[in-house]
Amino acid sequence: MFLNEIIIAGFGGQGILSAGRLLAYAGMLEDKRVSFLPSYGPEMRGGTANCMVVISDEDIASPVLNSCSALIVMNSPSLEKFESWVKPGGIIISDSSMVQKKVKRSDIKVFEIPATQLANEFGNKTYSNIYLLGKLIKETGCVKPENFEKALYGILSEKRHYMIPEEMEVLKVGMEY
Amino acid sequence: MGQKLLMKGNEVIAEAAIRAGCRHYFGYPITPQTEIMHYMAKKMPLVGGVFLQAESEVAAINMVYGAASTGKRVMTSSSSPGISLKQEGISYIAGAQLPAVIVNIMRGGPGLGGIQPSQSDYFQATKGGGHGDYRMVVLAPAGVQELYEMTVEAFNISDRYRIMTMILGDGVLGQMMEVVNFRDEEKIEKFDKSWAANGHENAREHNMITSIHLDPAVLEQWNVGFQNKYKLISQNEQRYELYNCEDAEIILVAYGSVSRICKGVIKEAAEQGITLGLVRPVTLFPFPVDAFEKVINTPKAFLTVEMSAGQMVEDVKLTVNGRKPVYFTGRMGGMIPTVNNIMTKVLEIKDNHR
Repeated sequence: MFLNEIIIAGFGGQGILSAGRLLAYAGMLEDKRVSFLPSYGPEMRGGTANCMVVISDEDIASPVLNSCSALIVMNSPSLEKFESWVKPGGIIISDSSMVQKKVKRSDIKVFEIPATQLANEFGNKTYSNIYLLGKLIKETGCVKPENFEKALYGILSEKRHYMIPEEMEVLKVGMEY
Repeated sequence: MGQKLLMKGNEVIAEAAIRAGCRHYFGYPITPQTEIMHYMAKKMPLVGGVFLQAESEVAAINMVYGAASTGKRVMTSSSSPGISLKQEGISYIAGAQLPAVIVNIMRGGPGLGGIQPSQSDYFQATKGGGHGDYRMVVLAPAGVQELYEMTVEAFNISDRYRIMTMILGDGVLGQMMEVVNFRDEEKIEKFDKSWAANGHENAREHNMITSIHLDPAVLEQWNVGFQNKYKLISQNEQRYELYNCEDAEIILVAYGSVSRICKGVIKEAAEQGITLGLVRPVTLFPFPVDAFEKVINTPKAFLTVEMSAGQMVEDVKLTVNGRKPVYFTGRMGGMIPTVNNIMTKVLEIKDNHR
């Protein structure tokens, strides 16, 4: 069975919710069942954000997750909160320029990418989430890169479409990192 | 081929209302349903409709009363504390027998409570939060596609019976995104609106829309009429889903987003060799008693799961009427029951009935 239960977590402004929406949209383009559930609670006002994305080839029972197969974290509190949620054999992808802590678990695969630093060096800090999504797509196969590109065209407003070739370049760097 | 989109539950409710011919929306913002207003503010002007942010929930529901009196399709939406404020108007609309659609995207209470998802307004929605012997139809969708289908259906039911229909969702349903398939064209049923107070240049006797009847004998006759209508609705409009009930040892009962979690529980239990089923009420009023008659002989017990202290479970008990044990488990205050929470209760019940 094809089932990806993904949690993406970090600060508001890091593109946490956009990352989730892009994945769900790309999943839809592959005729998968998808759900996307953003945090909307007081934590959003306090600056942290997370979202839960399910991409599956069967009907999705609940969009509310209590565990996940893949976790992307873009700050330390998110790693603390969600590390134990990852199922054995799952993966954690960490923005190592933002997350100082190390993953303690040994029954999962861990990928550290200094995404924020890479994005700053690239010249556009809003791309940090794309590096991490690249690794997620490579490791889980949850969506195909070409559908991720279509999702960018589908979600971004037209005046931002000029950025998409760059974002795809960044995605590939993330995939191969 | 319709249109396939990835959309937020709240936005889908608003889009569905517009597709169903609703051209009048009155509301006041409150989390977690404000996207309904955002969408209406953007889209209503484009279709020649009215979007109005009222000065309060009380004003908004009275605007609904006014617009509904003219026979137009009208909607308001809010979340729990805002729906409490609307109760006086809701009772008046019930008394005046007006069709209208009200959306409640529930959050944790009582009082100002919190903004996380909850189902603790079940009593208020199904037993009358306002005064008087009234009912409204209460629909409980469990996903984004169903939010679309049932919002359209809510307007049809309201017009068919001249009654309010409430769409009872929660923060999860309002905030989540799923794929929705819109039909190319909505089949909008035509209804007799000869009762409406809508201007006729003295071509006929004027229509009167009111909820005041000071002669108790007259008021009783109105009430008898209301009760007959509610009986008719109970016969005609029960909706439910039976899931995996054929050989179920225990049948779960849940609506809305909790029913989705219960489907996860059923899968998990199957892996442990336990067969669970689900009765999912889709209409909360009328409560789908027929669903229980179909499965009553199958399980050892029923387990109702809610995001409340146990409200719907009372209707389950009334319906099962002592024929099988009825258990309850739930979370409150905006906490969502987990698969593990529910499995623990399932194992406990299994132990009681070995």
